Amino acid sequence: MADLQSQDYIRRSASTLTPPAIRNHEQEVAKLIDVSRCIGCKACQSACMEWNNLRPEIGHFEGSYDNPMDLGPSVWTLMRFTEWEDEKGNLEWLIRKDGCMHCEDPGCLKACPAPGAIVQYANGIVDFVSDNCIGCGYCVKGCPFDIPRVDPVDHKSYKCTLCSDRVGVGLEPACVKACPTGAIMFGSKADMTDWAGERIKDLKSRGFENAGLYDPPGVSGTHVMYVLHHADKPSIYAGLPDKPHISALVELWKGIIKPVALAGLAFTALAGFVHWITAGPNEVQPEDEAEAQRLLRPAKAPRPSAKGQR
Amino acid sequence: MTYPSGTIVRYSAASRINHWITGGCFVLLTLSGLSMFHPLLAFLAELFGGGQWTRAVHPWIGVVLLISYSGLIIQFWRDEMWTRDDLAWMGAINRVLVNEEEGVPEVARFNAGQKFVFWAMALLVPVLFCSGLVIWEVYFSSYTTIEQQRVAVLIHSLGAIGAIIVWIIHVYAGLWIRGSMRAMLHGYVTPGWAYRHHRKWFRRLVETGSRGPVPNAGAASARNTL
Repeated sequence: MADLQSQDYIRRSASTLTPPAIRNHEQEVAKLIDVSRCIGCKACQSACMEWNNLRPEIGHFEGSYDNPMDLGPSVWTLMRFTEWEDEKGNLEWLIRKDGCMHCEDPGCLKACPAPGAIVQYANGIVDFVSDNCIGCGYCVKGCPFDIPRVDPVDHKSYKCTLCSDRVGVGLEPACVKACPTGAIMFGSKADMTDWAGERIKDLKSRGFENAGLYDPPGVSGTHVMYVLHHADKPSIYAGLPDKPHISALVELWKGIIKPVALAGLAFTALAGFVHWITAGPNEVQPEDEAEAQRLLRPAKAPRPSAKGQR
Repeated sequence: MTYPSGTIVRYSAASRINHWITGGCFVLLTLSGLSMFHPLLAFLAELFGGGQWTRAVHPWIGVVLLISYSGLIIQFWRDEMWTRDDLAWMGAINRVLVNEEEGVPEVARFNAGQKFVFWAMALLVPVLFCSGLVIWEVYFSSYTTIEQQRVAVLIHSLGAIGAIIVWIIHVYAGLWIRGSMRAMLHGYVTPGWAYRHHRKWFRRLVETGSRGPVPNAGAASARNTL
């Protein structure tokens, strides 16, 4: 999946050096998913499977329109269906296309311990470089959206690439191309935000007064955004986080603990060395041996058996 | 097992084998664990055949260490029990640190520092094992929530750093107190070593006519009252 060049990296997992980022002039891209225009046809799911050559195992009917029931190593995008009743008792069928949000501040990348297994390109796409993935599952813990899935067969983590291979050559992602209603749009982040504004105005004029754009600031914005008719409560859309952010536990683990821990180890070792060159080794003295013999001798005399043991 | 004449047995062959299995596992776990902890140390993964191998082998070494350390606990826990004498010895730690052992309270088989290392590891090894199970992605990731895994990975990191610090202290003490390394490698110490560092233990051995590492069985009942 690393079709874009390393010069396009603006972030690289488990790396202490700053990437070259000589192409920082690149426009940031975004995918806009207009939930209000989605008809739940799953063309995007099929297109994703088709382009990325994914064939998830065929499962069982679980009494839900969701098919399959969850994201997986071979399910990078998934329509999630929710039947929701508003305050007046009207039923609304909420359909959300779930998948990687391509956070501007990606928790998966922050948590990843494998150098270069997760990268972020200047255009904002967060990509998993499978070749470098070690299968530890740290990205799963880092992600605020519960997206990455580790494949139990090849022990590598997978998620939506935003079709970085297509975007890299000027094409839109496969799901965007397949969408028959224009519910999925793709372009520069600025254009998508503008377009979302139009859509929100339209929705508001039709009575959805809480319509709005989902571009959560807790992760510094995302490169996959939603137009929601009920943007005041994102969680009704199959658990879309209301205020997503990288867990404080992950921030601690991948933040202050790392340098403090290494400093602690270095300090302990250094303290040992300083002790070695100041106090020095503790050697047994001839007097100790003499005293020991003095204790042993009378003990030996009345106990010939003990002497025999020696 | 034969030891040079005139020496005292400090650790039985079984204890030594048990110890070095534990020590070997600990070093491997430290190297593989640190490679997944800090990018500066990611290169250590190459020692294990790359990241995938490191990730795969690390938990299994942990299983061996848990079993191995359990063996050490079974063998040593009696001699590692905390006593009032240990407090007195801790009070004289400043003298111990500068190698002035005059007037330092006599020590039985293990001193308070050794007991600290022993019990710190006895606490940290199970903590690391349990938190490690939670983040053992391949087999156990489906049994816990992601939030629980985040807590576990934090505990695992902190516990590991604590254990490595304890381990550095342990290794340095072994180098600092000359004769300790031979005791753990080959099993024996000179009577002078026993007299200097573990006089109470030495006296008990002399009293019971034992060559070590424990007083002879005939005096076992008296030993418990110490």
